[in-house]
Amino acid sequence: MIFGRVRGVAISTLKYPDLAGCRLLVVQPLNSKLEPVGSLQVAVDVVEAGEGDLCVMARSREAALALPDVKFVPVDLALVGLVDELQVRPDGEFDFTLKAGTARYS
Amino acid sequence: MIIGKVTGTVVTTLSHAAFKHRRLLVVQPLTLPGEQPSGDFIALDSTQAGVGDTVLVNREGNGARQVLANPDAPVTSVIVGIVDSLTIPSLD
Repeated sequence: MIFGRVRGVAISTLKYPDLAGCRLLVVQPLNSKLEPVGSLQVAVDVVEAGEGDLCVMARSREAALALPDVKFVPVDLALVGLVDELQVRPDGEFDFTLKAGTARYS
Repeated sequence: MIIGKVTGTVVTTLSHAAFKHRRLLVVQPLTLPGEQPSGDFIALDSTQAGVGDTVLVNREGNGARQVLANPDAPVTSVIVGIVDSLTIPSLD
């Protein structure tokens, strides 16, 4: 799952029938430092997000599962959570390199 | 599955029902010596892991749904273990 920021709304009148009633939002995928990753994408909204909201997004098959009723729809990105609070430790706080030999982590 | 470190916590009050009573954590995959860490992601916690813990993460939706015992959970990555120690004889 990844972060995304809602940038706008996509309106589509003619779409796959099972997608009727689904809100489509234009989102910018972000990394954990909230820097943009890649270009704008369209996601289905299941949490009533609005413009500017920071969200958790699910990709691929799991995005379709997020929809409340129909689970087999052509959807590959869905907003599944609204972020209220995010705490990420700064760079350099942890060592992310695997070490040869035995490393204890507890 | 991959090994990563928990670097942060995400708080969501409004979210899909499958996320209720579970914590969302930011995970950074461990890298080989000399590589820059990249590609961190959000995972659902099923093990009471905390920030700084080295964890085992399942990054596959079907496995995640089995762990959560919910066939409709929109979850792709779930923390399934806390790593106590690793033994890797060489990293060539």
